[in-house]
Amino acid sequence: MFESLSQRLEQVFQQLRRRGKLSEQDVDAAMREVRLALLEADVHFSVVKDFISRVRERAVGAEVSKALNPAQQVIKIVHEELIKTLGEPARLNLSGPKPRVIMMVGLQGSGKTTAAAKLASLLRSQGERVELVAADPYRPAAIKQLQTLGERIGVPVYTESGVKPPELVSRAFEKAQKSGVSVLIVDTAGRSQLDNALMDELKAITRRVTPNEILLVVDAMIGQEALHVAEGFRDTVTLTGLMLTKMDGDARGGAAISIRAVTGVPLKFLGTGEAIDAIEVYDPGRLASRILGMGDVIGLIERA
Amino acid sequence: MAEFFSKWKEALNRTSKAAFGRLATVFGATEIDEFTWEELEALLLQADLGIQTTQEILNVLQKKAAQQGIIRASDLRNLLRSELIQRLDPAPPIDLDHHKPAVVLIVGVNGSGKTTTIAKLGKKYSQQGKKVLLGAADTFRAAAVDQLEIWAERLNLPIVSGQPNADPGAVAYDTIQAAISRNVDLVFIDTAGRLHTRYNLMEELKKVYRVSGKALPGAPHATWLVLDATTGQNALQQAKAFKEAVQITGIILAKLDSSARGGMAFAIQKELGIPILFAGLGEQPDDLQPFDREAFVDGILA
Ligand SMILES: Nc1nc2c(ncn2[C@@H]2O[C@H](COP(=O)(O)OP(=O)(O)OP(=O)(O)O)[C@@H](O)[C@H]2O)c(=O)[nH]1
Ligand SMILES: Nc1nc2c(ncn2[C@@H]2O[C@H](COP(=O)(O)OP(=O)(O)OP(=O)(O)O)[C@@H](O)[C@H]2O)c(=O)[nH]1
Ligand SMILES: [Mg+2]
Ligand SMILES: [Mg+2]
Repeated sequence: MFESLSQRLEQVFQQLRRRGKLSEQDVDAAMREVRLALLEADVHFSVVKDFISRVRERAVGAEVSKALNPAQQVIKIVHEELIKTLGEPARLNLSGPKPRVIMMVGLQGSGKTTAAAKLASLLRSQGERVELVAADPYRPAAIKQLQTLGERIGVPVYTESGVKPPELVSRAFEKAQKSGVSVLIVDTAGRSQLDNALMDELKAITRRVTPNEILLVVDAMIGQEALHVAEGFRDTVTLTGLMLTKMDGDARGGAAISIRAVTGVPLKFLGTGEAIDAIEVYDPGRLASRILGMGDVIGLIERA
Repeated sequence: MAEFFSKWKEALNRTSKAAFGRLATVFGATEIDEFTWEELEALLLQADLGIQTTQEILNVLQKKAAQQGIIRASDLRNLLRSELIQRLDPAPPIDLDHHKPAVVLIVGVNGSGKTTTIAKLGKKYSQQGKKVLLGAADTFRAAAVDQLEIWAERLNLPIVSGQPNADPGAVAYDTIQAAISRNVDLVFIDTAGRLHTRYNLMEELKKVYRVSGKALPGAPHATWLVLDATTGQNALQQAKAFKEAVQITGIILAKLDSSARGGMAFAIQKELGIPILFAGLGEQPDDLQPFDREAFVDGILA
């Protein structure tokens, strides 16, 4: 539907000689196209603004090298800045006394329960003794969903009916401590950052146990609200990482940029399918290319 | 009706907290200048209208403001409001009375709100005196059938469930057969969430669609796409792909009670012409309202 950014930039620079420095006008014209690409990728409006001004600064006066034409030169800078914003993938922090607690939080339907099971399976294969905690008493059959997944991967699931999530998690923790579980993964109910009662519940859980990791699970298809969602969760609990799910679709995933911009927490995993093993450590370069809506162009530029 | 407005308003009030002061700065009592247009653009973009729709709307507004000699920013608000409203069709009357049973297939990407929406629809129509039957044809996702069964039990609605990993087409077939023999008015069939890019899963959905027609010629009489209102630009691709696969006849915008504005509805309406029928405004069975374009637009301007 949309032309790729590189095509659009080629058009912008059609008149420009191959050599020399990029002028302010050249760069401004190019930045208009970059802005469109980022907005089409669902990067938040205000984040795009900041990002563009950063790139602009770097691009004005940049020397167009022999190997790259102006369009490629701009893309190279944009791509590098995107990678910088996205940051290196980070590993889970599994230090400290056992059991280490990993808590999944996020909006309704973002993929928390699935992600909890994926992580459980992954960590077990790395030799951890894992237990899942079903701390979503609200959504119909949420507990059964986690139990079914737990059975599938052979990881026990702690459940108790009629117990509120903070108390439930605390009991699961004590039991896990006694039985030598090394990682406890807590699945929480989906909630809006505007729902004060449920946000307080999250806080209450973290007062009972101190999670090693609180992972914000975000649907890659999310639009501009990603920014406010991330702010809301960040203001409530100490987020330690981000997991972007449903990356097997064709959403660009620009929300990752917005969330990084406001929370500063690193991306830790990508969800790439419904299957338990569809979990990946992300690659900043590839995600940056995806957000810009371009695949192999980057490879060509990087090799140049 | 009063209750409906208060419900939607309540949701709006909650969400507008997140955007305090946004409009005051745009539509203040100042004269329209460059800054006004920039702010308006920001407003629309942040509501997920997308850059293309946003620019179209700004162009129209600029023209109209010039024609009508509007110079105060505060006067732009009404112009924008009516421009947004007229870009959406009013929710058409839903006519499922001509078929017995009338079969409605519910489809959408993963986690958009399909199963919950079926509970809401089931409650709504059974309260209107219709004999409703639910079909749990998501035999794929863990405990998806249990989820709908719990809703059916709570709402006291009959349900036909598939076994785990059963053929969803067969479940749809059985549900429709049961509906015919039990003299049911309305059937809602839940399907597994699937990304529109997954070829095999979309083929499977087409099969469910075809098999429904074999169980009852003309079925499904309606195929409704449940879209998550927090979705950004991808919503248009979703709607396109599902429309191509199974002829979507209506859209349900779920999770409009969230802080998101659901602005992709404009592009979908314009490019695909699919009417928006309902808005999902919460997780409970009562949280479904006929789509109200004015309330929706006020949500964007709130
Ligand atoms: N295609 C795809 N589907 C996914 C992925 N992760 C989760 N899903 C699906 O998304 C839907 C929602 O996933 P859940 O794990 O139930 O989401 P949740 O956040 O626990 O939902 P709530 O508990 O209701 O808030 C399910 O259909 C999952 O199978 C992914 O990476 N790719
Ligand atoms: N706030 C809010 N949450 C909703 C709404 N509709 C559904 N949800 C929640 O969104 C999550 C996913 O809803 P489901 O009905 O399971 O979605 P689904 O499309 O059936 O998901 P899959 O079958 O896994 O693809 C659940 O936590 C629901 O409670 C809504 O209108 N507002
Ligand atoms: Mg869940
Ligand atoms: Mg479902």
